[in-house]
Amino acid sequence: MSNEFKTVMMKPQDKVAVALDHIPEGSIVQVTCQGKRFTVKLKEDIEFGHKFAVVSISFGEDILKYGEVIGAAIQDIQPGQHVHVHNLEGKRGRGDKIAYD
Amino acid sequence: MTSEKKFWGYRRQDGRVGIRNHVLILPTITCATQAAKQITELVQGTVSFIHQHGCAQVGVDYEQTFRTYVGMGSNPNVFGVVVLGLGCETHQARSVAGEIAKTGKPVEVVSIQDHGGTLMAVAQGAKIAAKLVQDASAQMRELCDFSELIIGTECGGSDACSGLSANPAVGVVSDMIVDFGGTSILAETTELIGAEHLLANRAVNERVAKRVYEVIHAMENRSIHMGVDIRTGNPSPGNIRGGLSSLEEKSLGAANKAGTRPLQEVIDYAQVPTQKGLVWMDTPGHDIEQLTGMVAGGAQVVLFTTGRGTPTGSPIAPVIKIATNTSIFERMEDNIDLNAGTIIEGKESIDSVGQRIFDEISRVSSGKLTKAEILKQHDFGIWRIGPTF
Repeated sequence: MSNEFKTVMMKPQDKVAVALDHIPEGSIVQVTCQGKRFTVKLKEDIEFGHKFAVVSISFGEDILKYGEVIGAAIQDIQPGQHVHVHNLEGKRGRGDKIAYD
Repeated sequence: MTSEKKFWGYRRQDGRVGIRNHVLILPTITCATQAAKQITELVQGTVSFIHQHGCAQVGVDYEQTFRTYVGMGSNPNVFGVVVLGLGCETHQARSVAGEIAKTGKPVEVVSIQDHGGTLMAVAQGAKIAAKLVQDASAQMRELCDFSELIIGTECGGSDACSGLSANPAVGVVSDMIVDFGGTSILAETTELIGAEHLLANRAVNERVAKRVYEVIHAMENRSIHMGVDIRTGNPSPGNIRGGLSSLEEKSLGAANKAGTRPLQEVIDYAQVPTQKGLVWMDTPGHDIEQLTGMVAGGAQVVLFTTGRGTPTGSPIAPVIKIATNTSIFERMEDNIDLNAGTIIEGKESIDSVGQRIFDEISRVSSGKLTKAEILKQHDFGIWRIGPTF
């Protein structure tokens, strides 16, 4: 099964795409963005509006969407995994991490 | 894109144009808000709002609240004002009225202590308001130009679709308003953290670019001073359920509302823009505080995109709400005016939705009521920047 689910990837350098349908685990989706094409087998259910990795992302690596940094990976992430607050952390407004002097 | 560049508005003495003709009962102190509400129940055509401010405020916090009161009364959607005070408060009704009177509109002061209590003050305020409402009803709408419009843009209850559908469509409208010589306010400084470099690059000069980084860092430093992760408050639990994972992701979607035109200036909360075109008002992401700041800054109409759904409205400015996805539009049809979810479904282009929003602004500016107006959603909240003493 492929191509029956809608997704959007904003910029070719992005590491994630957004599901525009509820996509069940095991589905194979074709993600295209400005001539780049990724075939991704989803490792878990992805809800409408949520993100999944289109490439491997290493622990600590910046995660890009809209071609910009939306945070960093706090664990290794495989293509097809859900990318959300459990494995992505924002880097801005982090008073809990930055000591103010 | 072609569009009718005119609408029917109310010309004010200071040259500005209103799209509503309200008589505002403006309480300058918490203690007067109930009496103000009672006047609005007695007299048709009046509006007011409840708040908890106006006393024991000092310094920049005093000034910001004062500026907000004056801005609400001075907004061109207001025909005339009854400023209602208690008498002993720090935000004196007479001082607020004096500033509003500079616009040339009728302004009267009623004080609960001076008039001998609530019932006498309500009677006096209602008498004045009734006269103002009749005078307002005699004013005719005139053909006005879109260059005289200030639109506020806002997103609240955002989801992952906000940055894909409704916000880019509002960006198209922002560009259209700017191209017609009008003004578009971008706000929500908190929700531009992580996208500030994109806007600073569009600043008309170095000074404006520097201000962009100053207001962003000031906002970010507030969370750092508190020793908290800003994500505990923003993105909100609803934003996170909607698929947004970080403040930066939300910000990059939110920034789309600003379209593509150059950034002319960065203004303070509740300040009236001094430039036409795209301007940035320094406000928090809090929906009602942001809305209030933009309306006090003279916005006659506000575009509000929402993915989770919201009832938000203002007592004096129509708020046009735009759903980011079809599901929330259908579930909260009572509150939401337009649907941009058609973009997600691939049924409509971003430009086409932008055109629909623009046409709706034209109709609403000429008198069509928004859903928030019909439901009397009179929200008001001031961004406090200091403690109460």
